[in-house]
Amino acid sequence: MERQRRDHSLLSLIHSNQKGNEMDTPILRVENVSKVYSGVTVLDDVSLEIYPGEIHSLCGENGAGKSTLIKILTGAITPASGRIFVDGKQYDRLTPRQSMDLGIAVIYQEFSLIPFLTVTENIFYGREKSHLGLCSSREMRQKAIDLCNEMGIELDVDMRVKDLGIAYQQIVEILKAVSLNSRIIIMDEPTAPLTVHETAIFFRLIRRLKEKGTTIIFISHRLEEVFEICDRVTVLCDGHKVLTCMTGEIDRSRLVAAMVGREITNQYPAPSGNGDDGETILEVEDVSNRYVHDICFSLHKGEILGFGGLIGAGRTEVMRILFGLDPYSSGSIRFKGKPYRPRSTKQALDSGIGLIPEDRKRQGIVPCRPVRDNICLSVEKRLSDHWLLFGNAEKDLADESIRELNIKTSGLNQLIRNLSGGNQQKAVLAKMLATNCDVLIFDEPTRGIDVGAKQEIYELMVQLVKQGKSIIMVSSEMPELIGMSDRIIVMGSRTIQGELRRGEYTQERILDIASR
Amino acid sequence: MDRKKFVSRSLEYAIVLILLLLVLFFSFVANFFFTASTFLTILRQVSITGIISVGMAFVIITGGIDLSVGSIAGVSSVTAALMMLGGMPIWLACLLTILISCIYGIINGLLVAKLDMPPLIATLGMMTALRGVAFIITDGLPVFGFSATYSNFAKGTLLGIPYMVLLLVVIFAIAKIVLERSVFGRYVYGLGGNAEATRLSGISIDSITVSVYALCGTLSGIAGLVLLSRTNSGQPSSGTDFEMDAITAVVLGGVSLTGGEGKLSLVMVGVLIMGVLSTGMLMCNINDYVQQLVKGLVLIGAVAFSSISQKVRQNMGAAKA
Repeated sequence: MERQRRDHSLLSLIHSNQKGNEMDTPILRVENVSKVYSGVTVLDDVSLEIYPGEIHSLCGENGAGKSTLIKILTGAITPASGRIFVDGKQYDRLTPRQSMDLGIAVIYQEFSLIPFLTVTENIFYGREKSHLGLCSSREMRQKAIDLCNEMGIELDVDMRVKDLGIAYQQIVEILKAVSLNSRIIIMDEPTAPLTVHETAIFFRLIRRLKEKGTTIIFISHRLEEVFEICDRVTVLCDGHKVLTCMTGEIDRSRLVAAMVGREITNQYPAPSGNGDDGETILEVEDVSNRYVHDICFSLHKGEILGFGGLIGAGRTEVMRILFGLDPYSSGSIRFKGKPYRPRSTKQALDSGIGLIPEDRKRQGIVPCRPVRDNICLSVEKRLSDHWLLFGNAEKDLADESIRELNIKTSGLNQLIRNLSGGNQQKAVLAKMLATNCDVLIFDEPTRGIDVGAKQEIYELMVQLVKQGKSIIMVSSEMPELIGMSDRIIVMGSRTIQGELRRGEYTQERILDIASR
Repeated sequence: MDRKKFVSRSLEYAIVLILLLLVLFFSFVANFFFTASTFLTILRQVSITGIISVGMAFVIITGGIDLSVGSIAGVSSVTAALMMLGGMPIWLACLLTILISCIYGIINGLLVAKLDMPPLIATLGMMTALRGVAFIITDGLPVFGFSATYSNFAKGTLLGIPYMVLLLVVIFAIAKIVLERSVFGRYVYGLGGNAEATRLSGISIDSITVSVYALCGTLSGIAGLVLLSRTNSGQPSSGTDFEMDAITAVVLGGVSLTGGEGKLSLVMVGVLIMGVLSTGMLMCNINDYVQQLVKGLVLIGAVAFSSISQKVRQNMGAAKA
């Protein structure tokens, strides 16, 4: 197997050498493209060349112009100026139809799959092979199986998409693009919801695609992945192109510096130093319910306790118990020395446990409401005078939060949906901080937010534990887990598999325990 | 940025312009339309559906809908009539009727919140069932002959303004404060905008749901009492189609049917449009059947307008990313 793969890569090396001349003509060229939205330049004179068969990473903070560039390539929006060349042919703009016909496909974070249809049906959705008007399901099924084999993916094509894990849903999405003969596949943060293990499967598919000559434009906030999988990288910052180079020619800190326009020397702030010497604030003993079993751990004052493990390991389910969303049937929890059995989120918050949920859009923000209301939502009662809100209490709290957390917004009344992901997350955080909880649960605190905001959230977490609060952090990002935690609990198969102290943990060790 | 704000503002207030245009239009085509007495008639007429629309607005802002408002108004009107006929003091009959309507609303709310029933179906069931109740307790016959003093309310005025219009103004003012300046109002918007996020913010969304349906039921009951005073007899079939008028008024007022967005003052503009339309058409001798056609088209038009303007805003919103 190993040998086979080596042969393969050797082969592709020779292959690409042979195609040396061809490499010189880019499959896609963007020249001096600009885009202006209501007076704001979001893309300024950007030029870019993408060569056939390369994996090209597009890096930049949120708002740097990546999405705009992609939308121009897919024809969703029209550039204000500039030209696009595909196979050397010039276009002033692309329509969505043209873009598709030219073989450009995008895999978005939000999937466009239909949950109740099977893998086969999803791949061929809208282009069902028909025979006298009847779907020829056998033919389609065989084609789907062939496609999986060709791509080296083990997948039951008769499964319904809703029963697949997120990683496989994404794979189906890609298979669909491949079956459409897409030559350029743009992936917008495909790995954000994936665990380390799933990412590995996903990367195998991407390498396979590359071998087949497909060109890939890859967007990710996880820089480790950029170095792992991409050939070249282009950095955008505030709508400008900062640089394009081979991934081998640049290191992580220089890449980050280019993205944020400043040097970030140390990604993770110094540990609080409190460790687990503090008094025990939360004690969970043998807790079980429908989703998890025999959960045992304790949390100390001033500690960041990391929860690692693969997706589906039961981490979020444990947090749901602590936050009063699911009851527990056996075992006991003691919080601040008293028995703790929350029946609602309100009780959890009143007791002093808060949660910053993993899915910001679905669980964190109320998109059509102002930033102010989003920040104040949990504490409206405290801010009110006999349930009425005539005073300035809401405004004051929101002002203070915006200042302290450095939330970038045009004002208190700005609708929160108009903020960038990082700033939305900070507002959700502000909401929980306002409740003055002693224990804060961060479920995937930095998913899908840019490097700068990530850094600020990390610093805030350290600041919080220094103030004597305790943090539980669920994270699927290994470096984050290792960099931030005082202690790590590793979950697997819906129970706790092991516990590691600072200094004991490495990525391999965590993965090893998680996959027990 | 400013242009975007301007567009969404003008989309919002387009409804005020429509009201003015309608008034202008009927003033030209109908004799005696542009008179104080016509406007008083319109106000009197809209006060009943206006009270219901306030409750409906709360429900729709949470992302629900209440089809049972007309039946609650009808059943409460005959309930109060029967109680008064039986010799109960007016104040007690009114109080009990309002309480009972509140209970109807609570039932709606419990069905939606605790049994996860789609609001459309839960309240459709209640709409039919309560209409049945109205016919059962009256044997299908009108109830009249109770104290004449009760009808004085509908006739009475203060400084030339009918009591019933004042009642609407008071209810509207209180509701506006509750919606925009109270904790409950914040929760209502939160629930409609994102129920899950609101729940995770430590708010009991079930009790908010039950409360808005209870409020809507209560206001429908009050509307039924006003109706009784106005007609001076309890008709078991009264209040039919009120849900239609209320929903149309709320949607005309720009309240999003998906919840989370809407302003009460614009809902009142929607209510006025409905009143101007029906009185105007009446004065132009347009018959009932055509009126019904127009009303249906207005609802469809209002919903179409709201989804089109949402798309326009979304396109401009996407421009931000």
